[in-house]
Amino acid sequence: MSTLQNISTRIRRKWAPGHTIVLIVILAVAAGFLPFVKMGLVVNGVFLASIIALGAIGLTLIYGILDFANVAHGDYMTMGAYVALFIVAGVIAAIGAESQGLGPFTFGYPLLIAIPLTAAIVALGAIALDAVIYRRLRNWRVNTAVVSMASLGVAIALRGLVQIIWSSDTQNYPRESRQVFHLPMDVRIPPDNIFIALVAVILAVAVYLLLTRTKMGKAMRATADNPDLALVSGIETARVIRWTWVIGAVLAAVAGILLAVFQAHLVPIMGWKFLIPLFAAVVLGGIGNPYGALAGAFIIGVTSEVSTQWINPSYKPAVAFAIMIAMLLVRPRGLFGGQG
Amino acid sequence: MTLLEASGVVAGYGETQILHGVSMAVNQGEVVTIIGPNGCGKSTLLKTIIGLVRVRAGSVAFRGTDISSRPPEQIVRTGLCYVPQTANVFSSLTILENLEMGAFVRNSGQGERIGEMFQLFPDLARRTDQKAGSLSGGQRQMLAIARALMLDPVLLMLDEPSAGLSPAMTGLVLERIKDINETGVAVLLVEQNAREALQMSHRGYILVAGETRLEDTGPQLLNNPEVARLYLGG
Repeated sequence: MSTLQNISTRIRRKWAPGHTIVLIVILAVAAGFLPFVKMGLVVNGVFLASIIALGAIGLTLIYGILDFANVAHGDYMTMGAYVALFIVAGVIAAIGAESQGLGPFTFGYPLLIAIPLTAAIVALGAIALDAVIYRRLRNWRVNTAVVSMASLGVAIALRGLVQIIWSSDTQNYPRESRQVFHLPMDVRIPPDNIFIALVAVILAVAVYLLLTRTKMGKAMRATADNPDLALVSGIETARVIRWTWVIGAVLAAVAGILLAVFQAHLVPIMGWKFLIPLFAAVVLGGIGNPYGALAGAFIIGVTSEVSTQWINPSYKPAVAFAIMIAMLLVRPRGLFGGQG
Repeated sequence: MTLLEASGVVAGYGETQILHGVSMAVNQGEVVTIIGPNGCGKSTLLKTIIGLVRVRAGSVAFRGTDISSRPPEQIVRTGLCYVPQTANVFSSLTILENLEMGAFVRNSGQGERIGEMFQLFPDLARRTDQKAGSLSGGQRQMLAIARALMLDPVLLMLDEPSAGLSPAMTGLVLERIKDINETGVAVLLVEQNAREALQMSHRGYILVAGETRLEDTGPQLLNNPEVARLYLGG
């Protein structure tokens, strides 16, 4: 076999023809629309997409491995945003540390300290909630819809907790006004958004490396693929589930903080309202498929942002919802397949 | 020496009871085949032994220890491994990753063991980064067996390893199972191709309606006219 043939079979093996066609169609449609679209909206959509992606990757991993739709995922994001607020405006400010803007950003270094701390706290919270609620439901072998209902209860409880502690008022991280970057084609980028995209890329790469290079990551993929075979291979499902919560919660917590930075304020309902784009991205990419969730996030983020050129911005979630419904009707397994 | 001993095992799913008191044993180094009509509980018996289905009454002992209430991830550590009939590979993982998952609880010697598996199944060595889901039926079966062998089991249980394979491929798979047995691994086999399977078996059981109906040596079962008429297709 010649080298050329060898390479082409290797590519074919990794890329099912279906995937290539799907990708070409999406790119062609997108390219067709490009001349009529304000570039600024596309760019903004990409930044929004990077936040959706962090939430959606965690949501789809939990969906794949624990086999239920975690309706509380948005409120894990809210929790992340508020715990970071507590650390930045409460703890670090109380120590007397100045929260001056860092470089071109509206926030100071306290937020950089708060991100890993918050991620750890929310991850511990997620493990605790699993031990108290979800593990029992698993042991009782209840229907997956019941587990999702339980997570709805968790979502409402978490939001209530946020309202009790921080009130329903709009809040924000200590911030300084900053100049936005001006790019050609009337594109304006707030420096914060560069930071948001950077953090999202770092975390997405970290998750990719974890899933493909580490034993635990491979065990997570194996458990999502075939739970019974994972059990008889000796994979400790309890540990896999713990790690899934840690990864999902860390991503959600950071996504929550980034969302609060992106929209420059915090409200208790912020995460709940973000659920529709999250689920739309998950369904679009194929349930249980983290790479699909990443692609889905970009389609949802850019489309819903660009839609504001013609549609009232308050309909953004409706656009995401419409894409999700269309996907479920046309291709329920998602663009790139999944557990369906 | 008796490796595996099931006595009076009762098991099933939900309201349905499938096994109504199955007793059987596998001795060290043996190949034992279970044959019987469809739906008699052969697969359920293997699933119950490995811990995927709960034992409701009776007991399963492996190497003298009662394993009837243990979860599968603990049972496989004791040297009892299992190849399911369907969905027996991680289809979205590569060949290499499948073998690594087979060795999940192994602390050392994983690399050497993978090398041994590639010697046993040279077909797998040529495409280590190929997704298991894209393999042919025969290759998938080889990978499923290799995955189960990654923990150096003392007893390997296989559920219909020839299901869906061509006659030539069936012969090859059974040949490999014989090779594996010759390295000292005991084999408990559930097989549709009863004649071929009994030919290579030291002993066999006939399972009917969730009960052990007959036990004998492989050749004796083959020569039994009643067994031939009822279960070997004349």
